[in-house]
Amino acid sequence: MRLRTPLTLVLIFLCLALFGMSILIGPAGLSMADTLRAVFLGQGEAATLVMREIRLPRAILAVLVGASLGLAGAAMQGYLRNPLAEPGLIGVSGSAALGAVIALQTGLVAAWWLALPLAALAGALAAVLLILLLAGPRGSSLTLILAGIAVSALAGAMTTLVLNLSPNPFAASEVVFWMMGSLSDRSFDHVLVALPFMLIGWVLMLSLGRALDVLTLGEDAAATMGVSGIRTRMFLVLGIASSVGAATAVAGAIGFVGLVVPHVLRPFVGARPSALLWASALGGAVMVLAADLAVRLILPDRDLKLGVLMAIIGAPFFLHLIYKTRGEIR
Amino acid sequence: MTLLAIEKLTVLRGECPVVDHVDLSVGAGECVGLIGPNGAGKTTLMRAALGLERFKGTSSLARMSAPERARAAAFLPQSRQIAWPVDVETLVSLGRVPHLPRGGTISATDRDAIEQALHRLGLDGFRQRIATHLSGGEQGRVLIARALAQQTPLLLADEPIAGLDPAQQIATMQVFAELAREGRAVVVSLHDLGLAARHCTRLVLMHQGRVVADGQPDEVLTPELVAQVFSVSIWRQDSPMGPVFQPMDVL
Repeated sequence: MRLRTPLTLVLIFLCLALFGMSILIGPAGLSMADTLRAVFLGQGEAATLVMREIRLPRAILAVLVGASLGLAGAAMQGYLRNPLAEPGLIGVSGSAALGAVIALQTGLVAAWWLALPLAALAGALAAVLLILLLAGPRGSSLTLILAGIAVSALAGAMTTLVLNLSPNPFAASEVVFWMMGSLSDRSFDHVLVALPFMLIGWVLMLSLGRALDVLTLGEDAAATMGVSGIRTRMFLVLGIASSVGAATAVAGAIGFVGLVVPHVLRPFVGARPSALLWASALGGAVMVLAADLAVRLILPDRDLKLGVLMAIIGAPFFLHLIYKTRGEIR
Repeated sequence: MTLLAIEKLTVLRGECPVVDHVDLSVGAGECVGLIGPNGAGKTTLMRAALGLERFKGTSSLARMSAPERARAAAFLPQSRQIAWPVDVETLVSLGRVPHLPRGGTISATDRDAIEQALHRLGLDGFRQRIATHLSGGEQGRVLIARALAQQTPLLLADEPIAGLDPAQQIATMQVFAELAREGRAVVVSLHDLGLAARHCTRLVLMHQGRVVADGQPDEVLTPELVAQVFSVSIWRQDSPMGPVFQPMDVL
């Protein structure tokens, strides 16, 4: 455990600073004094409303979603021993999106707002069950990837089918916008829906530190060092489903966090998978907070979507990383 | 004291037995060389003995719980996997994981075991080096050190000296022989018959999934058996420095 390293302190500082900025900056154009009064004293009715109902939940969700995605990415890469692995790879994000799309399309959302996050979570869980069925509780990490790719493809196809059969263009565009991923117009209800699932996922994944360290030596060596392959795989898959499913449920599809964050932070923790878990959770929160701020600052009037920005920045950045480290990735 | 007891162990690949009714018992103080041509079943036998492979028959190790087994036997797989660019010391310290209490950190005893393992493999100067940047042979030694750090009564090593230079091959076999003299036991598979004869207290010769000979090196490495199993002729000479076995020609 290297919780007290400078890296952790830097990440915590960045996290707090960005969280503060996230609360201070927004279209309502409140002064800093108003903002602080509203948050801490509850003075000024409009300002308090903006803070408590809009900006605070948004900032909290950015932290929760970022931490979930970063942690899931680090756990996934550690388990598969592959720096290119990502939660999206095992089809969890895609299936959660499919669940949400079905909820949007069938009008369930109009009847009950909780239908969207719950349907997304159901999608994530269905993906996990399907993957476990396909790959079996035993079997190698390669089987898991293959099963994940199959489930991803299926979820993608089903989502397209739902759009294809969409009764009217408005419904279709609603779905498309939701899938771009965003944190705007979220409330504390969203936080409350997502938090329990995320916490369960975090606990499951963080408990894997030692197992992931030992897996550095390969599955055979790990198995003879008291690491149960079945337990590791169950914890990982359920942890990812629970946290990434919840993140997708409240924020839509946001990619690249799980891929880029562990990759960037790995050299700073001496490449130890257990240390990378904590660092990536913090790093993910920092990245999503920063991106969500950028979305508000770059095009304040156009409702630029978080997922879109993340992909626009993330993809070239990741290509750069691959180019830089191509000699080391084998 | 018996550290490994295998009875009638059979592993099937489809219909075909790759390990066929093997009986093997290894006691403290033995350095057992597991020899045989490619595909003889050496790796499968080790993996099955550790419960990594489905099998019929019994193995004392496979019967244990996973944490118990991790403190009873260390395994060095044939494929040398180091997935992340961690430093050598970190990698070797992974060998202590089976001994750590839940949530606990490395203690003084663990530190001793790590130091000892690094020292035995001549890796004192390598501590801070990134393991994945080392040469293949050096990585092999780091992984052997990891297995030694586990400090188990029994060590199963699958072709640990493949790819090492002559000095390191000999040094590694000497470490194994030393472990045996200290009252532990080693089962090591290897292809160098000369090194096997020189450093092992006992040889087990496998052919087509069966154990065809089991005993002192000069009982096992007879010209007839070697010709039959390996299809090579062998030259044997007693020298002042001990017996010499050298494979000569393909038959």
